[in-house]
Amino acid sequence: MLRRTVVVLLLPALFAGNPVGFQRKLSKEARIEHALNRLTFGATDADRASITQLGVEKWIDLQLHPQRVPENPTLLARLAQLDSLPMTAQQIADKYPPPNVLKQLVRSGNLAQIKDPVMRARLERYAERLKSKKAETADPNAAVLTPEEARALRGASPAERKALLEKLDPAKRDAVLARLPGGRQEVMNGSDLALRREMIAAQQPNQVVYHDLTDAKMMRAVQSTHQLEEILADFWFNHFNVFYDKGINRMFTSSYEREALRPHVLGNFKDLLLATSQHPSMLFYLDNWTSMSEEAAKRGRGKKKAQGLNENYARELLELHTMGVDKGYTQKDVTEVARCFTGWSITAPKLGGGFSFNQRAHDRGEKMVLGHRIAAGGGKEDGLQVIDILMAHPSTAQFIATKLAQRFVADEPPPALVERMAKSFTKTKGEITPMLAVMFASPEFWSEGAYKAKMKMPFEMVASALRATNAQVDSTVALTQQLATLGQPLYKKVEPTGYYATAEEWTNSAALLARMNFAMALTSNKVPGVKVAIAASDARARGLELGGPEFQRH
Amino acid sequence: MYTLTRRNLLSLTCFGLGMAPGWLARAATGGKKTMVVVFLRGAMDGLSVVTPFGDKAYAGYRPTLRVAEPLDLDGFFGLNPALRNFKPLWDTKQLAIVQATGSPDTTRSHFDAQDYMESGTPGRKGTRDGWLNRALTVEKAASPIRAVALGANLPRALRGSQAAVAVNSLSSFKVRDDAQGDFMSMYANSNDKVLKSTSQETFEAVKLIESINKQNYSPATGSLAYPGSRFGQSLLQIARLIKAGAGMEVAFTDITGWDTHINQAPQLNNLLGDLSAGLAAFHADLGSRMQDIVVVTMSEFGRTARENGNRGTDHGHANCMFILGGGVKGGQVHGEWPGLEPEQLYENRDLAITTDFRDVLGELTAKHLGNKNLATVFPGYTPKFRGIL
Repeated sequence: MLRRTVVVLLLPALFAGNPVGFQRKLSKEARIEHALNRLTFGATDADRASITQLGVEKWIDLQLHPQRVPENPTLLARLAQLDSLPMTAQQIADKYPPPNVLKQLVRSGNLAQIKDPVMRARLERYAERLKSKKAETADPNAAVLTPEEARALRGASPAERKALLEKLDPAKRDAVLARLPGGRQEVMNGSDLALRREMIAAQQPNQVVYHDLTDAKMMRAVQSTHQLEEILADFWFNHFNVFYDKGINRMFTSSYEREALRPHVLGNFKDLLLATSQHPSMLFYLDNWTSMSEEAAKRGRGKKKAQGLNENYARELLELHTMGVDKGYTQKDVTEVARCFTGWSITAPKLGGGFSFNQRAHDRGEKMVLGHRIAAGGGKEDGLQVIDILMAHPSTAQFIATKLAQRFVADEPPPALVERMAKSFTKTKGEITPMLAVMFASPEFWSEGAYKAKMKMPFEMVASALRATNAQVDSTVALTQQLATLGQPLYKKVEPTGYYATAEEWTNSAALLARMNFAMALTSNKVPGVKVAIAASDARARGLELGGPEFQRH
Repeated sequence: MYTLTRRNLLSLTCFGLGMAPGWLARAATGGKKTMVVVFLRGAMDGLSVVTPFGDKAYAGYRPTLRVAEPLDLDGFFGLNPALRNFKPLWDTKQLAIVQATGSPDTTRSHFDAQDYMESGTPGRKGTRDGWLNRALTVEKAASPIRAVALGANLPRALRGSQAAVAVNSLSSFKVRDDAQGDFMSMYANSNDKVLKSTSQETFEAVKLIESINKQNYSPATGSLAYPGSRFGQSLLQIARLIKAGAGMEVAFTDITGWDTHINQAPQLNNLLGDLSAGLAAFHADLGSRMQDIVVVTMSEFGRTARENGNRGTDHGHANCMFILGGGVKGGQVHGEWPGLEPEQLYENRDLAITTDFRDVLGELTAKHLGNKNLATVFPGYTPKFRGIL
């Protein structure tokens, strides 16, 4: 299989991204590889069989309509264990509080009132850590374990360890898990998913939420039968990026992805705008929740949050979410849009509250947005009107079409294709699936110019390597760390641009080295928590293949 | 000590990469300036670090956190005693301080403030690249390690169009499992132009760092020593790269943990001890080379003038910066002092800013790195030089 693909692949690579190449038709064999490259996180043998059987068109149509394809039951069983995934921010605040919430609880001094003994023990440990900030003592378990127990735990196999831990009462078990004797990482990687999550919770409760998000993202990319949907979930998250580690986003990112993005990835773009603009995650990340009219700021002067108009969200809404940078709006438009969104805020953000419209903070004056007059006296509708104006603006159709074509065709997509996709967007008032269908039926998509023209992002590279080796992924903890080394820490892109789908972003020395090292580690079974069935004698050759230049493209 | 000699230069060209890269010739001629940027993440309490003991209002704000015995600098400001290693550098005029400096943006969010300081564009989130990357001039033949960050990730400040590498440690910057040679020829023979040229730069950097790493290195720190902390070890490796004369122009490292809301004093003691011991060792290690080096520290904002109820301080506004180097106008606290009386405070709670951080960084960029095009480095702002160099 491998040899055959290499022969097929090498020649067209000459035309990748090349304008002449967009006019050269792909061979039938290459069509299958190309569809798998672009609509999945890397081809597997099962996919090849399925697409060959169904035919390319039918297979693509099913990817565009994932509800018609049953999801992989193995994946669903895994996701069901990640209990923070379906939680509201409020539930996360209660069960997996982030450091700032813990800190507040500690400062309020009401620890004794916490009923759950495990949570109380966690908070007390956290308070202790805050106070001392000293290095942990030599045998931290001395206080909770007898010397025999500590010894047994240290030398135990995973199964024995689990049995030993199960004998302890919950608070004590939590304390032990928080300070595992001997090689925390090692124990963590050698444990099953349930124990691993418990261990993370004992040490840093909110890290469970991050674990679950990253585990789900990675496992979906590797195992989902809805591959295109997962690619789009990643695409739209980057398009409407938020940063996990900014304050309350440690509680809100899960619901943001689940409710504001995932239901709409193949739906209507307007629903994405409506959902993201009103989600606390975005309101907080781009500061709109503090934005208020100058008048309201004057009234509230002296108060901490009373700072006046904040343009951050308005600017990124125009620049990154809809029209694109320098595509027909002025600084005046940014300010006017910001005025329209004043009052779009969050109730009780630190308690995991939701969207609220604060009439007192809203600027009730008349606004002028991109030549459209928005009458004085409006409220929340002012922002909704802005969204309508942006949906109808030709720059938005053009920008969204360009970004999708950039992800699926080439870094510099052929303008004629972008034009046709933009037309579809305008005609259908923002429907995403028809726009994708136009692209997947276009001669440009099925050309040698598009074939292997895209550099994989690190996340795509890792997922495709796992799929190519049919890896058994028990733990994604080490994989998530690897992704940070590769330059793409999941859910932690600080800038609102999200991770770029274009090659220039990913070609730097350290990241390229990291790709080679990851490939070698994976094929020789040195990534903790991940197993591949590759004979030791083949490990090197497979590592060179996955770390080599061919595999970095798709 | 390892320097690039003609012979080393020849051995470096034997990688199967063809001609000697242009940067090597330039690097070997020496005389290259280096700027080292140290980011103190979490917002340092500048009022406890360079203490304005001469300001009448100071003691009243700090019933438990007042620095009782600061090391007197000029009769008005004093160093926190945990910075005792800085005193000789101050006395020999190698260390300058700017007090009441920071970013004019009003945010008190760590995330936003760090982002703004690293992008160099306060108030503007969309900026793609970092000021330190833009501070590098556009050169065709730059060293593959002209810009190095110590750590796993490239910090925001160094991201951008100029090649910059993140190096966790010199010894790990390589391809493992002896696969390097094979990868090198695979990439060299690839018809993928982008990957081919990046891999060439990469392997040049790898080989260069490998050859530097092969030499024994004993820091010339005399009676001082680099701390075993992550920061101390980062500085040691930066010193190594500088002494190798391999064309490094900027280096970046950071220390986290300055967000001292609760029980500040012991935490600050540890952090300041690490900072000053590290930089004093670095200074000693580099000896006369400090003429070509400038080190600057920065932190995203300062902390409240008044201490809080937990023997800590909350998020504030202005802070102080340290600038260390042979060419520095040291032994002075630069910048105007805005005063600590309630009406002099920013929003009646924080030290006000009298020097924009870009004034300091801009001056260093122009005078030390020789990049006069500050309109590109700090778009939308014209830095005012404060006479630090």
